[in-house]
Amino acid sequence: MTAPVASTAPPPSAASGSFLSKLEIDARMLGMLAALAVIWIGFDLLSGGVFLTPRNLWNLSVQTASVAIMATGMVLVIVTRNIDLSVGAILGVTGMIIGVAQVQWLPAYLGLEHWLTAPLAVVLAMVIGGSIGLFQGWLIAYLGIPSFIVTLGGLLVWRGAAWWVTTGQTVAPMDTRFKAFGGGVEGALGATTTWVIAAVACGLIIIALGFSRRRRLRFGFPVRPGWADAVIAALACGIVLAAATIANAYPLPAGTARRWAEANGLTWPEGGLFIPHGVALPVLIAILVGLVMTFIATRRRFGRYVFAIGGNPEAAELSGINTRWTLMKVFGLMGLLCGISACISTARLNAATNAAGTLDELYVIASAVIGGTSLAGGVGTIAGAMLGALVMQSLQSGMVLLGVDTPLQNIVVGAVLVLAVWVDSLYRRRIK
Amino acid sequence: MPTNGTTPLVEMRNISIAFGGIKAVDGVSVDLRPGEVVGLLGHNGAGKSTLIKILSGAYKPDAGEIYVNGEHADIATPRDAKRYGIETIYQTLALADNIDAAGNIFLGREVLTPYGTLDDATMEAETRKVMARLNPHFRRFKEPVKALSGGQRQSVAIARAIYFNARVLIMDEPTAALGPAETQQVADLVLQLKKEGIGIFLISHDIHDVFGLADRVSVMKNGKLVGSANVQDVTQDEVLGMIILGKCPPGAIPGPGAS
Repeated sequence: MTAPVASTAPPPSAASGSFLSKLEIDARMLGMLAALAVIWIGFDLLSGGVFLTPRNLWNLSVQTASVAIMATGMVLVIVTRNIDLSVGAILGVTGMIIGVAQVQWLPAYLGLEHWLTAPLAVVLAMVIGGSIGLFQGWLIAYLGIPSFIVTLGGLLVWRGAAWWVTTGQTVAPMDTRFKAFGGGVEGALGATTTWVIAAVACGLIIIALGFSRRRRLRFGFPVRPGWADAVIAALACGIVLAAATIANAYPLPAGTARRWAEANGLTWPEGGLFIPHGVALPVLIAILVGLVMTFIATRRRFGRYVFAIGGNPEAAELSGINTRWTLMKVFGLMGLLCGISACISTARLNAATNAAGTLDELYVIASAVIGGTSLAGGVGTIAGAMLGALVMQSLQSGMVLLGVDTPLQNIVVGAVLVLAVWVDSLYRRRIK
Repeated sequence: MPTNGTTPLVEMRNISIAFGGIKAVDGVSVDLRPGEVVGLLGHNGAGKSTLIKILSGAYKPDAGEIYVNGEHADIATPRDAKRYGIETIYQTLALADNIDAAGNIFLGREVLTPYGTLDDATMEAETRKVMARLNPHFRRFKEPVKALSGGQRQSVAIARAIYFNARVLIMDEPTAALGPAETQQVADLVLQLKKEGIGIFLISHDIHDVFGLADRVSVMKNGKLVGSANVQDVTQDEVLGMIILGKCPPGAIPGPGAS
């Protein structure tokens, strides 16, 4: 028996693509990065150099976090050939409940500004969001009601429930520690922490690449050439360090910096102090969620089943996969992520309003779809969806920066969504 | 020639199933011995695939019993069937098109690392081994099976069925989508597996296919068993008569569906 192992040659492809094919970077992803670059540079030119400033990019990252987190779950939902229209409403009702919890319920037992308030609020948000998601998932998977209908109903039900919590009253302000989840000054992690995180990230990237290379070599599989792995490591670390540099180039406003300096026993010099923001907590959370979700989607059995169900539901069933339970868990996960996003947007607003998350479902779905998730099911990546969220948010905040009217903003975002999906379908057809 | 004295590997007794009042399978009994190939014949809609889906756990029968090695077997899900060593190659192949060959072969039975993550390297290595035996020219291990040719997809489906030491193999129209060379490959494989003592149910509406490979044939018509026969005891024309007219020739054992 001749096992054709190490001799396996890559399929002969066009010579022009050989550099990229050696790097094994997805051409789709590259196209999205190119689109993002065009958007960023375009807005920067149009706004006279305001877009590509540390301050704007920092704000952009914070604004993207909430939708990006939910988009990672929406990828799995859409991959299984389902849809979730209720994410904005789940965010709304969860935000209202944790708002009331930390303003009325918890202080009754713990007193105001207790250190446990914030962690309890976050856990509560995840439990509520996850439970709502699991319940909707049960209706979809076990009762066989189409997800479009269940979550369309959910959109109305949970939005109504959000109003019911306080009969429409806005709850404010939030616990001080909780506010860190929204970014802002409380949620800026500072320069030192940011550098430490960046260094750890670079180390992990290199270790992960080395590990996967060693593993493939041990089994005698074809590997990328060494230089290609080096280029990828350098690119990834470069991006991490660049992001850290930008986050650290945005200083706290003078008044805040002064208060911070005084609180830390520093004298306030004549010219002021340059105290960097560093990466924002919600952004860090979004990145961690992205990593965990990627791990779940690609390295865990659950993720494999999710994609198998999307590729061929009947085959998944015949393979002995518990497709219903898997589907229910997908919606549960989606709800849990809505809970996390509810913390971020409530903290960012420093208030719980019953309108929080309105229209988020559309931005979340659009992010996933722009990020390459196929509505036909079976195809999608977490990283793509997060990048899609960044593209959407870039378009929006760029237009805000240029003073474009809201109706026109919506027209542009809508048109871009349709255009992106059309280009993607052309690309897919050509690949086939 | 099958050794008629041994316990059947699989015995399905008086199996019935109805869908919306229509009896797709009505009191059918078939059996299979080690190293034996039984051809299951009949028109489209005769109930062959439905009968076999009951054995593979996809459907639960309304009535009837299944015995594996003479012992009563409770098969309610595909997982149960696989536990009894019953593997199926479906007519549709039942592959998840968006997943690569290794992912499909191990679908539902993934190899995990000690950390509980998917052990893709081991699964790929095993896939390379089993594919080297089935289809030595196969190279596209990293691509979703959607990108593969009909024959390659077929070999992935076969690999999934034989990798886990099947004792009973169900092949539902295994050559329907294949060219002559690939059909011959499947025939060679059937003979090889037979030698290893695996029992095979071969479902086909092509009588020539079946006569070349099977030891016995069972013919179904309108959900009922017309009869079973050793292939030496009947002619192709007689079997054709069983399929079309439900007429049981003298060389065959008549079933409830014989007219």
